[in-house]
Parts: sequence; structure tokens; C-alpha cells
Amino acid sequence: MHLPAILPWGAAEGFSKQMLLVLLSVVFIAVFFVLAARKGQLVPGKLQFAGEAAYGFVRNGIAKDIIGGKDFIKYVPLLFSLFFFILVNNIYGAIPFFQLPTFSHVGGAYVLAGIVYFTWLIIGLKKNGIRYFKLATVPSGVPWYILPIVIPIEIISNFIVRPVTHSLRLFATMLAGHLIVMIAGYGIEFLVSQENILLQGTSVLVLAGAIAMYMLEALIMVLQAYVFTLLTAIYIEGALHADSH
Amino acid sequence: MEGSINGSINLIGYGLSAIGGGIGVGLVFAAYINGVARQPEAQRVLQPIAFLGLALTEALAILGLVFAFVLS
Repeated sequence: MHLPAILPWGAAEGFSKQMLLVLLSVVFIAVFFVLAARKGQLVPGKLQFAGEAAYGFVRNGIAKDIIGGKDFIKYVPLLFSLFFFILVNNIYGAIPFFQLPTFSHVGGAYVLAGIVYFTWLIIGLKKNGIRYFKLATVPSGVPWYILPIVIPIEIISNFIVRPVTHSLRLFATMLAGHLIVMIAGYGIEFLVSQENILLQGTSVLVLAGAIAMYMLEALIMVLQAYVFTLLTAIYIEGALHADSH
Repeated sequence: MEGSINGSINLIGYGLSAIGGGIGVGLVFAAYINGVARQPEAQRVLQPIAFLGLALTEALAILGLVFAFVLS
């Protein structure tokens, strides 16, 4: 949802908490990796080890495993930035005082998914030429009389549903997780303000449930950053090797 | 008991659409766990497939959530 602007004057109209958090996330990520990479030692210190492990996770766990081949290294910067940008922006939801996952506003998720959409479209067109649209929509080995049904389904699922769900998955999980923690908070407040002491006591149960949901939400935040990056890699791989699918 | 509940019946529809997505995601990960348990070295091959299947089945529940908000 749209939050009110945090700065009072007119030029900063629409500059809400989410935009501040996006800018802060860039600072956090940059500072962390610049510090981690500043002193490249053969035997890494703690910070360098953390930075290298984070980089290696994206490079080997996502890019190399899925895109593979020789040219996967070209796409590591995109995947790396996407993963850590989304991770930090999601984790805000679990940190007190920030307490707002940036992608609970759908605009940010649309932009990221749009970038990825045009990236894999352009990669596919560069690699395969205009034939890419035929490769992407006509599956091989399907009898000709099923093709009129299969081709519209493939067009809809590949070029329309894919970017839409890619962005909405991130947005919907962040929104739902944020909502459920907030609803639990309101529930606790409502129960505590009751006059019956037994009803007040039940608020402890809600608190336990709220903490459990909070932990689940923290897990989902990390998982969604991984899933978004993984799907990006899968789409890029599909565009690169469209002729072998 | 008096009182009324206000809200949109769309959310019931969203709940119904989430059933299908839930069953689907469960089946996908059941198959993935089965596969890894039988052949642990296949985990690297199976993991992207499992997450792709998760993405495709979850789309139904996501579309349900969006339609619950959009249609009124």
C-alpha cells in the first residue's frame, strides 16, 4: 500500500518509507561487500569469509548449477544484485523499527520482474533471432492436431503469466506475511483490553502464535529472495538454450 | 449473539483457490524429497525442477489472491 510521505516539503512528494528503505538497502549491501572485499587475503578473515560465501552461493548454487556452460559468468552480476537486493529488502520486515518489507508495495516487485522479463526476452532474441518466438511457443514432439490448443497455452503461460506471477509471488508473500503479523498484533491488543481476566489470559496464546508466524515469515523472506533469483536463472537458461528444450 | 461480520466474499474464493495450490506444492515437494532420499546425489539436478514446479503450482494461489483484491 502507499504510505504517506516522510518529508514535509513539496519536492519530496511521494518519498515514503519504502523508498528510504530501498536507498538504505543499497548502502548496506555496498558497504558490506566493499568492506568484505577490501583486503583480499589468502586466508580470509571473518568478514571476507562471509562475503565470499555469499558470493559463492549465488555464483555456484544458482548461476553455475542452472545456467551452466561457459557463459554463466556473464549473468552472475544480475543474479547477485537481485538476490541481495531482495534479501535485504525482505529482511527489513523482520527487523524492529524498519519493520516493513519494501516489496509489500507491488510497484517494486513489478519493476524487478520487468527488468528480468526484458532481460530474458532480449537474451533469447539475440541468441536465436526471431525464431526464438517459435522455439518458445511450439513444443517439439507434439502431434500437429494438438498444436492449436498447445500454442495459445504456451503463449499465455510464457509471455503473460510468467512475468505476472514472478512479480506477484514476491509481493503477495511479503504482503501476506506482514498482514498476518499485524493482525496478530491487533488481536493481542484487543484481547488485552478486554475486562474478563480469562480473555486477557488467552492473549498469551496469540502471542505465542504470533512469534511462530514471525519466525515462519523470516524463513519465507529468505526463501522468496532465493526463489526469485532461481526463477530468473531458470528463465535466462530457457532463453539461452531454447533450441534444446 | 448479535453482531455482523463485514468483508468481501472474494476472500472465501481466495481460500478455495489456495487449497489447490497447497495440494500441488505438497505433491511437488513430496516427489522431490522422495527423489533425494532414494538418490542423494541427484539433489542438484532435482532442486531447480522442484522449485520450477513450486513456481508453476503456486501461480494458481497467487492469481487467486490477486483476483480476490481486484474483483469487487
